Amino acid sequence: MKHFLTTDNVSRDDLESLLDLSDEFVEVLGRPIPKVPALRGKTIAMLFFEASTRTRLSFERAAKALSADTMSFSPSTSSLSKGESLKDTALTIKAMGADALVVRHKSTGAQWRIADWTGLPVVNAGDGAHQHPTQALLDALTVRQHFGTLDGLQIAIVGDIRHSRVARSDISTFSTLGAEVSLVAPSTLLPVDLDGWPVKVAGSIDDVLDVDVIYLLRIQAERGGASVFPSLPEYVSRFGMTRQRFDRLQENAIVMHPGPMNRGVEIAPEVADHPRARILEQVANGVAVRMAVLFRLLGGEVHDA
Amino acid sequence: MMRETLFANGRIVTPDGPVEEDILIRDGAVAQIGRGLDTTGDIIDCAGSLIGPGFVDLHVHFREPGQEWKEDIGSGSAAAAAGGFSAVVVMPNTDPAIDAGHLARFVLERGREEGLVEVVPAGAITMGREGKKLAHLDELWAAGVRMFSDDGDSVEDAGLLLRAMEYVAEIGGVIAQHPEDVGLTRGGHMHEGSVSSRLGMAGLPAGGEEIVVARDLALVRLSGVRYHVQHVSTAGTVELVRKAKAEGLPVTAEATPHHLMLDHREVERMNPDVKMYPPLRRPADVEAVRTGLVDGTIDVVATDHAPHAAHEKDVPFEEAPRGIIGLETAAAVVNTAVGLDPVLFFQRMSIAPAHIGGLNSHGRWLEPGARANLVVFDPTAAWTPDVFVSRADNSPFIGRPLQGRVLATMYDGRVTYRDGKVQR
Repeated sequence: MKHFLTTDNVSRDDLESLLDLSDEFVEVLGRPIPKVPALRGKTIAMLFFEASTRTRLSFERAAKALSADTMSFSPSTSSLSKGESLKDTALTIKAMGADALVVRHKSTGAQWRIADWTGLPVVNAGDGAHQHPTQALLDALTVRQHFGTLDGLQIAIVGDIRHSRVARSDISTFSTLGAEVSLVAPSTLLPVDLDGWPVKVAGSIDDVLDVDVIYLLRIQAERGGASVFPSLPEYVSRFGMTRQRFDRLQENAIVMHPGPMNRGVEIAPEVADHPRARILEQVANGVAVRMAVLFRLLGGEVHDA
Repeated sequence: MMRETLFANGRIVTPDGPVEEDILIRDGAVAQIGRGLDTTGDIIDCAGSLIGPGFVDLHVHFREPGQEWKEDIGSGSAAAAAGGFSAVVVMPNTDPAIDAGHLARFVLERGREEGLVEVVPAGAITMGREGKKLAHLDELWAAGVRMFSDDGDSVEDAGLLLRAMEYVAEIGGVIAQHPEDVGLTRGGHMHEGSVSSRLGMAGLPAGGEEIVVARDLALVRLSGVRYHVQHVSTAGTVELVRKAKAEGLPVTAEATPHHLMLDHREVERMNPDVKMYPPLRRPADVEAVRTGLVDGTIDVVATDHAPHAAHEKDVPFEEAPRGIIGLETAAAVVNTAVGLDPVLFFQRMSIAPAHIGGLNSHGRWLEPGARANLVVFDPTAAWTPDVFVSRADNSPFIGRPLQGRVLATMYDGRVTYRDGKVQR
């Protein structure tokens, strides 16, 4: 694996092998000293050109648990604000000796360009509304931990799918792993053309309360998601995971959310804090899957600490 | 001493088809056409090639004045010569915009100074292309402007556009519209459809183009102006133009070479060299534009040659400026994508655009006495674009095998391009 940029066209075997490796790192992270020397001497640069808390910290934790060194970067104080191009920034960081780049950028495909310019392994930590492949892996791992497999599961993704890179990565990952995916959103928050997508579409969350997994998404006001439905109360009435709806879910069903959550909008506070909401497990699994991805890219050997 | 150039052994394209005859140029005009001609002057062997009137491009951006780091009238003229063109209409979206007589005269003068191709400015419709008040239309006309456009933007205000149409209908000339409704296209980067949905990119829907053309046709009925649709890209626009022509409205249309060959799947690789307005559309749109070009709904090929510096395109797709170069690949792309017969090919590339743009010494079938503006084009030569004469190289055709190559260009009796080199 040279880069990890997208979940599109990643085979089921490759996904399952990454999830198996992630399981091993879950075990490592549960040890008294949760660290292995696998990437000792490697330097991983975290280039988050767009604001992020959980993903950036999760990658840093993953890199450090593999004993890699990290360099990071903050767009507001960087030379980008002095007019430096993205290409020059990327080449500068390469020249400092980075072995791999973890990149988040608001522009679709920026990671592909950076991969071309630098020749370094690149992990896509989110590009525009396009892809967020490590999020999809951690989501798949969370589902697999609960159900043992994704094969034959019904998964409904609810909310601002049009502007969601998480949804795009999740849809291909879940369906490659054998789940059936439904999308639930007003048409103004669905992608314009779903031709060829492995999904069904429902117009209200009430149509999908019999599924195994409800996956809720935030309205991405910053990408234009706020001006396309009449009001938040109307959104909640058709698409919100309220307590009443939660009570109608199957007994073993789980609720997931990639964060950050808007409590009281897409998810009621009591649902967010319920044991069958797996939101914090998702966060925890994020570290393990990112360890798996970094390990695969930089090709170290696992040694016991 | 009379200066002569003999184009020997080629096939001269006439309205009735190609004829195997030589053509002798003397002192800037066609002197003689016939078999076995000879000269003491220059002889250019045209075996296997077509010889026809020099190509005419109604839509290029030479960026001068104001953005000469992208291209200027010198480098743009050279690219035009290399592409087989003897005349180009440069769009007025320069800095400053060409909205007054002295600015139009500046462009004309710079074109003459370079002397590689006739460079005629289109005039802005509104001052500064801001869509607020009319540009100096009379001055522009007096300077030699025959086409008016705010290209890069639509004239949004229907009342203002109608006044411009009425005015231009009176003085002569043609109103050319860049059809784009910004309410539908704002924030978009590519065609809105299946590919933009997969990539999560904001799109420019086909309707953003069609809605402006549909509105403008209503204004054409009111004003009677000659109206030209720039860069038609959708099946819906082709149909609107077809119906308008059937109705008898004085409407013409252009299509770019890239919209005849490439569709929105090209954007999957997210290379900024396939970013332009209008964007590459669906395969069905490409097919409709091709059909329109063949059946005459679309009158002309125009490149929308839009140079940008390498560093401006060496950024993520969404951050890249719109536009690609096209002059040096236009004939080959049209030949490869559509394969028009030689008469129709020269109709669309030379005769019709010269007529629409009022470029009277261009776009004339080659006959004794005609000004010597001509191109030698080998429709069977295979090549792969690599380096360009233009200052810019933002072309999606780099590395793409094409068929058909310009071997020589003559502008006003002077060979401007030959043996792969611009002849300054």
